[in-house]
Amino acid sequence: MSGIDLARFHQTFFDESAEGLDAMEASLLKLTPDSADAETINGIFRAAHSIKGGAATFGFAAVADFTHLLETLLDRLRAGTRAITPVDIDVLLRSVDVLRSLLDFARAGRVDDATLAEGLSAELRALLDGPASAGAEKTAPRADKPAAGWKIHFAPHAGLFASGNDPLRILRELQRLGECRVVATLDTLPALDDLVAETCYLAWDVELRAACDRDDVAEVFAWVEDECALAIEPLTTAGPVPAPPPASVAQAAPPANAGTAAPVRVDSGSIRVATEKIDNLVNLVGELVITQAMLQQLAGSLDPVQHERLFTGLSQLERNTRSIQEAVMATRMLPVDFVFSRFPRMVRDLAGKLGKQVRLVTSGEQTEIDKGVIERISDPLTHLVRNAIDHGIETPEARAEAGKETTGTMRLSASHQGGHIVVEVADDGRGLDRARILAKAAERGLSVSESMTDAEVWQLIFAPGFSTAAALTDVSGRGVGMDVVKKNIEALNGVVEVASETGRGMRVTIRLPLTLAILDGMSVAVGDQVFILPLGAVVESLQPLPEQVKRMAQQGTVVRVRNEYLPLVDLREWFGLPGTKAAPHESIVVIVEAESRKLALQIDDLVGQQQVVIKSLEANYRRVRGVSGATILGDGRVALIVDVSAVVRLFSQPLAA
Amino acid sequence: MSTATTENTESGSTVGMPNEFLTFTLGDEEYGVDILKVQEIRGYDTVTKIPDAPDFIKGVINLRGTIVPVIDMRLKFRLGRAEYNEFTVMIILNVARRVVGMVVDGVSDVMQLTPEQIRPAPEFGSAVNARYITGLGALDERMLILVDIEKLMTAADMALMDAGSQALQ
Repeated sequence: MSGIDLARFHQTFFDESAEGLDAMEASLLKLTPDSADAETINGIFRAAHSIKGGAATFGFAAVADFTHLLETLLDRLRAGTRAITPVDIDVLLRSVDVLRSLLDFARAGRVDDATLAEGLSAELRALLDGPASAGAEKTAPRADKPAAGWKIHFAPHAGLFASGNDPLRILRELQRLGECRVVATLDTLPALDDLVAETCYLAWDVELRAACDRDDVAEVFAWVEDECALAIEPLTTAGPVPAPPPASVAQAAPPANAGTAAPVRVDSGSIRVATEKIDNLVNLVGELVITQAMLQQLAGSLDPVQHERLFTGLSQLERNTRSIQEAVMATRMLPVDFVFSRFPRMVRDLAGKLGKQVRLVTSGEQTEIDKGVIERISDPLTHLVRNAIDHGIETPEARAEAGKETTGTMRLSASHQGGHIVVEVADDGRGLDRARILAKAAERGLSVSESMTDAEVWQLIFAPGFSTAAALTDVSGRGVGMDVVKKNIEALNGVVEVASETGRGMRVTIRLPLTLAILDGMSVAVGDQVFILPLGAVVESLQPLPEQVKRMAQQGTVVRVRNEYLPLVDLREWFGLPGTKAAPHESIVVIVEAESRKLALQIDDLVGQQQVVIKSLEANYRRVRGVSGATILGDGRVALIVDVSAVVRLFSQPLAA
Repeated sequence: MSTATTENTESGSTVGMPNEFLTFTLGDEEYGVDILKVQEIRGYDTVTKIPDAPDFIKGVINLRGTIVPVIDMRLKFRLGRAEYNEFTVMIILNVARRVVGMVVDGVSDVMQLTPEQIRPAPEFGSAVNARYITGLGALDERMLILVDIEKLMTAADMALMDAGSQALQ
């Protein structure tokens, strides 16, 4: 489980923090000393708290430290131990600004600039240290009537840099003590040609307005006192000193407060959009695709030579439409990491609870899947992982006995394979126990036999209420699960496969379509109607020879394909379509497969292969047995999508029994 | 301003009773449905048949990207001759947040009825079950049978919805 790379969560943290700050700001602006309702303060507190938590997690120390102070103040306001004053609100609002700058710095990947928050931190501390309710009177003077301070002349020797000291840091340090007015003396600055970069030519006059001791100031210079001419005198005039020419301040001061003066403004790289809006967009693009296909079809009857420009335009439209479609689909795609990232914690907790040692290895986290699919595989995956740790991986002792490494390994991986995404949950535990599954199945009254293949036996674990766990644990073993897993995956047009080797572990493979909105389909014709078969379910199509077709008493018709007898279903008959029933050997038969069972569908003709946009039939109608949805063809007609699993379930049952 | 508008609508309709009706014919009878339930009127398109559906459900059509079921009321109520030609029309209804197409013999017009013109429905033998009839509208020599189209379309025997989805499995 080496190294969870936190960096990829940064963007989310920044986005959420920015939202939090906006909310804080809005609430603060509404807040007045007279109308400080608990809910508003609570809201502000919560926002600050989550920023603090996030910042601490991701190691943005400056943000975390500053938010901590802020939170302490808010906590007191929230608890009512401190009455809210206008000064508080002002400081809080400025804190929001400082936090924004700090976050922008962190986002830009710069080192936390502690000085950014120093001034305000001091103010916050002062507010916190002040008496509970009279804080305002106590702290306000700080800003309005500066207490007498110190006048400091600091002229470092030319060789200051050589000793590793930096005047800039000293000036910052001074700034931490209080408000500073810094004027640089440029008298000794040589012409550019004569300038030696390692020599310090500058000197500074600092007016520090802070009620601190002389020692505090002297301490700042502790490291350099031997290397500079230093004079610290009490500031005599309380009023503002004659302002030095602003130009020179600007020249000398930038290093000290560049951070606050020009905070980096970074636009957030992402926006949150309601899924509904994206779905709407997906639908509209679906329309566009259909319209485009319609135009293409209409143009088919035109003379390409005469309408050359029209054809050029149409092919461009086709390209653009496809690009738009891909782009829109991509907006719905999320990395599978959104599900995977919850497992390290879960595995750790579960393993601890069960006294097992488990190492989780994930791969392919960046594989992208449709958001709808992601949401719906998270439960099945959780279940599989839980099962694997509870039943699959043995205790360290048992593993040692079996000569295995005491730490078990769980592998979660995702990858693209063709138009599918394949998610695997594998463990190196004890594997499935064939004998036990068979015994359990027999006990539950399922029809089993010793001659069943391993694959068939493994499929038994998907039977409702099936559990081989010797004892119920609070983790799993109640037998509600694998059947639900399978159902969930199949509802997504997906397939679950199990592979297992006794003593070596088991692997569950989930194969899912990339998106729920589009299907790779094979269009077939029955009479004047077109049906779509999901391409993933189609094994092959053929025209059977008369001798391949056999009628079986009470069993209907079967087709023999490569030594397998497959039930033959006439789509025309089954869907109750008009037209005369043709003999199987005069029509075309498509072999489809679902749930590891095969079936032959008799159709009139193969039309072609195309991507279809899945439309719901249930939105305005009801569910139809054997139909999973509908789509709109290029000519604007509706075609039904055949639910192969449902058909297979209905027709292959009698043969299997 | 706003008060005036409110008064207007209130005086225009009696207790929840619509006052504008789209009228259509089915056999010899003339029916009226609340105009607000009507989305549009269109010619009859080729439909895609749906398996497992009663004969009066003709199938589904593509209505600007939405799959809409089409019901032939003439078949449903065994009225008129269910012929399909270029004059066959269907009324696209918006009922119970669903879109449904309904084929009728012909669409006549939109009529305004005052509350006085609407009388309670007597027990009489119209093709449509009295349960779905909200009243009779009298207009000069014509008599309109006012149908609660929403109630009618959502009825179980319309087989338009997953009423007892259990039964379908």
